[in-house]
Amino acid sequence: MKVSFPIMGNSYIAFKQMIEEMGHEPIVPPMPSARTMTLGTANSPEFACIPFKILMGTYLEVIEKGAEIIISSGGHGPCRAGYYGVLHQKILNELGYDTKVIIFDSIKMGYRSFLGKLNYLLKTGNSSWWTMMKIYRGVWDKLIALDEIELLSHKIRPLETKKGITSKTYNDCLNIMDTAKTRKQVAEAREECFRLLDTIPRDPTRKPLKIGIVGEIYVQIEPYANLDIQTTLGEMGVYTKRGIHLTEWWTETTGQTHNEKAAIAAAKPYLDQLIGGHGILSVGETILHSKNGYDGVIQLAPFSCIPEIVAKGILSQVSRDHSIPVLTIFLDEQTGKAGLQTRLEAFTDLLHQRRQKRLEGALA
Amino acid sequence: MSKKIGFPRSLFYFLYFPFWNTFFTELGFEVVTSLPTTKYSLDLGVKEAVNDACMPIKLYHGHTAEIKDKVDVLFLPRMVSVRKLDKETFCPKFLGLPDMIRNSIDNLPPIIDEKVELSKGYFAQWKLSQRVAEKLGKTGWEVWRAYKKSRKVQREYIEDMAAGMEQQAAMDKAVYGKNKIEITMLQKPIKLAILGYPYLIYDSFINVGLLEKLENMGVEPLTVEMVPPKRLEAQGKNLEKQLFWHFSNRTMRATYYYIKEKKVDGIVHATAFGCGPDAMVDKLMELEAKNNGRIPFLTLSLDEHTGEAGVMTRIEAFVDMLKIRRRANESIISNNG
Repeated sequence: MKVSFPIMGNSYIAFKQMIEEMGHEPIVPPMPSARTMTLGTANSPEFACIPFKILMGTYLEVIEKGAEIIISSGGHGPCRAGYYGVLHQKILNELGYDTKVIIFDSIKMGYRSFLGKLNYLLKTGNSSWWTMMKIYRGVWDKLIALDEIELLSHKIRPLETKKGITSKTYNDCLNIMDTAKTRKQVAEAREECFRLLDTIPRDPTRKPLKIGIVGEIYVQIEPYANLDIQTTLGEMGVYTKRGIHLTEWWTETTGQTHNEKAAIAAAKPYLDQLIGGHGILSVGETILHSKNGYDGVIQLAPFSCIPEIVAKGILSQVSRDHSIPVLTIFLDEQTGKAGLQTRLEAFTDLLHQRRQKRLEGALA
Repeated sequence: MSKKIGFPRSLFYFLYFPFWNTFFTELGFEVVTSLPTTKYSLDLGVKEAVNDACMPIKLYHGHTAEIKDKVDVLFLPRMVSVRKLDKETFCPKFLGLPDMIRNSIDNLPPIIDEKVELSKGYFAQWKLSQRVAEKLGKTGWEVWRAYKKSRKVQREYIEDMAAGMEQQAAMDKAVYGKNKIEITMLQKPIKLAILGYPYLIYDSFINVGLLEKLENMGVEPLTVEMVPPKRLEAQGKNLEKQLFWHFSNRTMRATYYYIKEKKVDGIVHATAFGCGPDAMVDKLMELEAKNNGRIPFLTLSLDEHTGEAGVMTRIEAFVDMLKIRRRANESIISNNG
């Protein structure tokens, strides 16, 4: 069967492999574009958040390419993202498509339905549970490698002497990763990518500003949704650390790691309640960033995102108490790159001045 | 002098005030509510709240700011869940509300923001009442007595509304003990389900007097609270995956009730501009109304700039359409008969 999935950062490389090895034909969605956005906006509720609209557009595009099944993740709320799948399915049916949207909710919400859906995918692809185990390990390695490569690229980019070279090399790396299939090949490709990135000429004397990026997971990870903010900032000579990567999210939600605990504890004096999405982490991570000597924080959120609005209401107080500048950027289909660039320039100028003043203060 | 406890007249006020009012009064405190919404409370809210918040949240900020200097303690419960042993919760803005208030409004009196989390165990409500009473320095038998009475008043309030009493009349009865004579329900030709969250439907300033206007037009407005609680509950089966938010589930279930059990002539969904859950709920309602016998459906978006004329025009056009539709249907029947 022809199986597709939404785009989220560079993870499509791993998911493509997974579907292939399950015995299905993967339909890799086109990178989100203005067309995706237009299709998505036209067929979504007006006040749905931007991830919903991008996903809607992507689904319509992959249906054009013949997708019969779409796989995505669900959730238990109270963030709206947990209900995306149901509504996407209803809207697709309403438009007259019989494509099936299969939503994998957290396994804790019901083993039966989770395993049942997985079983359906394996059976229709003529694969066994044994191959699934193998697939999982291979795909997991690849996801980890992809995240590591991306992390390294963000470290190198502010130091590059020739503007744009890191992004170019990074794209080459993605192509290399795409060709690697077995676990051994993935390990080799990973080494090769590290080596490639390491050859980028750098200026080690620079002291880049450090900005922490917090906010909603999809707009943090998907460059199209955040107008490639990390690259933009990197090329302005700013080191950025974002709050979440896909593999981290997976280990957290499956309970293998407990890195979020520190942020939740830090947020406690301000927000003593899980509010869904990543709202509490936005507050907690901002406080941790301030303690770890970051120059500023950028909060990214889809327009009308409920948990992030709550976080924003609290962040103004956090910003005052912990003396760390916070810039909140709400993203929607109208956000323009030039507008964002101007805001980022103004923000980094402010941070530069602030750092200069601090240094002078320290000297005096 | 007894302590004054402030209760903002917004959000969950419209459903749960009778309980807390009786509870605090029985314990010997004075309950102070803000005045019904005015332009002043709304402006105050817009000024105090984070600008991206939706109108009801801003309004709650406004009501809180309005009474904060007149009371000794503010009661701003953190609504987490109200159904026994169920995962259903509230909109994230409700969950973080006390924290938003604390970080946005200056010079606040002490706040009681106990978690209302009734999903945990069978006696959660009693335990919650004890915790709240303890914060006010009350324990023992009198708390139990107050709790029993509050439960009774609350139950009657819900029953009165389900029996068709107007919300304001039911609230007056629950709060002041006025037992208004039941107004005989005139059979109005058009039955219209006015669905949405209680803080929009029963705040006549925000919805620019929607319910009264409809009645003057010869329309019988039916709300979520008029659905018998058990029937409402039973409609849950129509959704393959329950929504996460209590008020949204109520609205959705009422939609099914009015579509499938008690046939109405049309459905109006009153929603706040920029409401997160409603982005999903509104689309679901629209699809369900369309796919179950093409019931006319109107979305009425309300915000801080809603003008009376605008709402009136839309409602009048909608009701006219319904009347024409009905006449057309009737003529078909009489022709055949």
